[in-house]
Amino acid sequence: MIKDREILTGEHFMNGDFACAEGAIAAGCRFFAGYPITPASEIAERISERFPEVDGIYIQMEDELGSMAAILGASWAGVKSMTCTSGPGFSLMQENIGLGAMTETPCVVVNMQRGGPSTGLPTVLGQQDMMQARWGSHGDYEIIALSPSSPQELFDFTIKAFNLSEMYRVPALVMGDEVVGHMSEKVVIPPKEEIEVYPRRKYTGPAEEYLPYKPDEDLVPQMVAAGEGYRIHVTGLTHDEKGYPVVDAEAQKKLVPRLVNKIRKNAEKIIEIEETNTEDAEVIVLSYGISARTSFRAIELAEKEGIKVGMVKLITVWPFPEKRVYQLASKVAGFVVPEINCGQIVYEVERCVKGKTKVTLVSHPGGHIHDPRDIFQAIRNILK
Amino acid sequence: MSRQEIKLTGYGGQGIILLGYILGKAASIYSGKNSTMVQSYGPESRGGACSSQVVIADGGIFYPYVTNPDILVSMSQEAYDKFLPELKESGILIIDEDLVTPKKTKKKMTMFSIPATRLAEKMGRKIVANIVMLGFFAEITRAVSFEAMEQAVATSVPKGTEELNLKALSEGRQYAQNILGAEKKDN
Repeated sequence: MIKDREILTGEHFMNGDFACAEGAIAAGCRFFAGYPITPASEIAERISERFPEVDGIYIQMEDELGSMAAILGASWAGVKSMTCTSGPGFSLMQENIGLGAMTETPCVVVNMQRGGPSTGLPTVLGQQDMMQARWGSHGDYEIIALSPSSPQELFDFTIKAFNLSEMYRVPALVMGDEVVGHMSEKVVIPPKEEIEVYPRRKYTGPAEEYLPYKPDEDLVPQMVAAGEGYRIHVTGLTHDEKGYPVVDAEAQKKLVPRLVNKIRKNAEKIIEIEETNTEDAEVIVLSYGISARTSFRAIELAEKEGIKVGMVKLITVWPFPEKRVYQLASKVAGFVVPEINCGQIVYEVERCVKGKTKVTLVSHPGGHIHDPRDIFQAIRNILK
Repeated sequence: MSRQEIKLTGYGGQGIILLGYILGKAASIYSGKNSTMVQSYGPESRGGACSSQVVIADGGIFYPYVTNPDILVSMSQEAYDKFLPELKESGILIIDEDLVTPKKTKKKMTMFSIPATRLAEKMGRKIVANIVMLGFFAEITRAVSFEAMEQAVATSVPKGTEELNLKALSEGRQYAQNILGAEKKDN
C-alpha cells in the first residue's frame, strides 16, 4: 500500500461518482466487481485507478449478475466489497441481492439512477428505482438504503452504507442519481482518525462451538471468513444456525422473521433524517436525493410569501421513518413529496400519515430535476 | 445572496469541461465560495456543441443548472448559435473571435472577444486555447481572483504541463488588460 494514499484528506473539487469511490476506500472497501454503465462508470473508473494504491482488487465482470455474486464471495473471504450500477444493471442484480439478504452478507451496492424503464434515458437522471430497492428481490427481507443529494453526501453516505451493512449484515444500497453522480462540487475528506469505520462482527470463540447463524441479542449473527479454520456453510436455501439447508416451515419460521426483524427492531437506530424548521411548519416537504436539494429552493420561494415550510430530508430511505412522519402528520396542513418518478415514496408517506393530513406528490418522469416553482406551487396549493 | 451563472461552450475536444472544472475549483476551493459544475455528457462532449455549467454563490446552491447565464463563453460557432438565446439580458458574452462570427441580435449585452486559439498556436500549443480563454475570462469578469485561478489551473492540468498552462493563463490575462487599458484611454 502506498503511504498517505488511503484517505485523501483535504478539500477536493470532485464529482459525486469519484466521491463515492473515495468513500468506499475510506470505509475499508478492498474488493470491487462491476460492469460499466452510465452514469455509474466513473465510480468503477476511479476505483480501478485507486485500488492499486491501497492493495485492493478490482474486477470488471462479464455482467451484473456476476458482479453481485463476486462481491458476496469476496465478503465471505473477509473483505469489504462493493459494486456499482444503474437501472438495467440494478434489475440484473436483484436475485443475488436477495442471496445477500438470505446469507446475511455485508456488502454495498451503489445505484446511480437514470431514467427508466428498461434502457430508458441512459445519460440523464431518474429516481425510479426507490421501490425496487425495497422490494426488488423475491421473498421476505428488509434492506437498508441511503439517498445522497451531493458529492459530499456520496462520500459520507457510502461510508455510512458500509458501516450499516457490517452492523446488520445486510446488503446496503446507496441510491444516488445521474445529477449527484456527475456534478462536481467541493468534497471535504476528513483525516483518517475522524472517519468512523465499523469493523466486521467477527466471531473469535472456540471453533467447535461456532454456529454461523446463531444471532446475538440484536438478532445479528457473528461472522467468520472462509479459510480461517471454522466450519461454515453458506446457502440461499432456508437454513438452521449451522448454515445447513433445512427446508421446512419450522426452520423458515426461525430464520425469515429474524432477517426481517433485525432491521425492523433496530429501525430507530438505523433511521436517519435531516429535519429543518419542522417544529412550527404549516407544510412539510419530504424528499430525498437531488429532489430534496431542489426542494430547498422551493422552500425559499414559499418563505418569501410568508409560508412556514419544514423539510424532512431522508438520509435513510429504507427503513422508512414511519413513526416520525406519523408524529408530524397531526401538526401540519400537508406533506409535499417531490420525486423524480411517477410516485413511489409518496405511497410510503400516505401509509404513514394514516389519513391525518394531506399528501401531495410532485412528480417528474425523469430526464431533468424539478423546476423549483412546481414544488412551490404544490406547497401553496396545500394551504388553499 | 449572490448567485452567478456561467455557461462555457464550444465543441467537444476543446477542453470546455476542463474549463468549467477549473473555474468551479477556483471558486470553491481557492475562493471560499460555493460552486457546482454540471457538464454535457456522452456524444455531445466529444464533438458537437458541448457545454459546462458553473454556478458560483455565497450561499447554498440548491439548483445546479444554469438557465439564463450571466456570462456566456463561446469557443465555436455552433455553440454560439445554440446557446446565445439563453444569455441573460445585459449579460456578458465572451467569444473566440476567430471561431465565432457574432450575428446581429437585439439582445442587450457586453461582448468581449479574444483570438484565444490563435494566441495558443503562437505559443506553439493549440491545446491550451481553453486556458488562454480562462485567463481572459478571469480578468474580464473577476468572477474569481487571478491567484485562485492560477492555483486551480496548476492543480488540475496534467503533471509536467503546469508551466505551459500558467503561461497560457497569463497570456489571456495580458490580452484582456490590453483591451481594458485601451478602453480606458478611449474614455
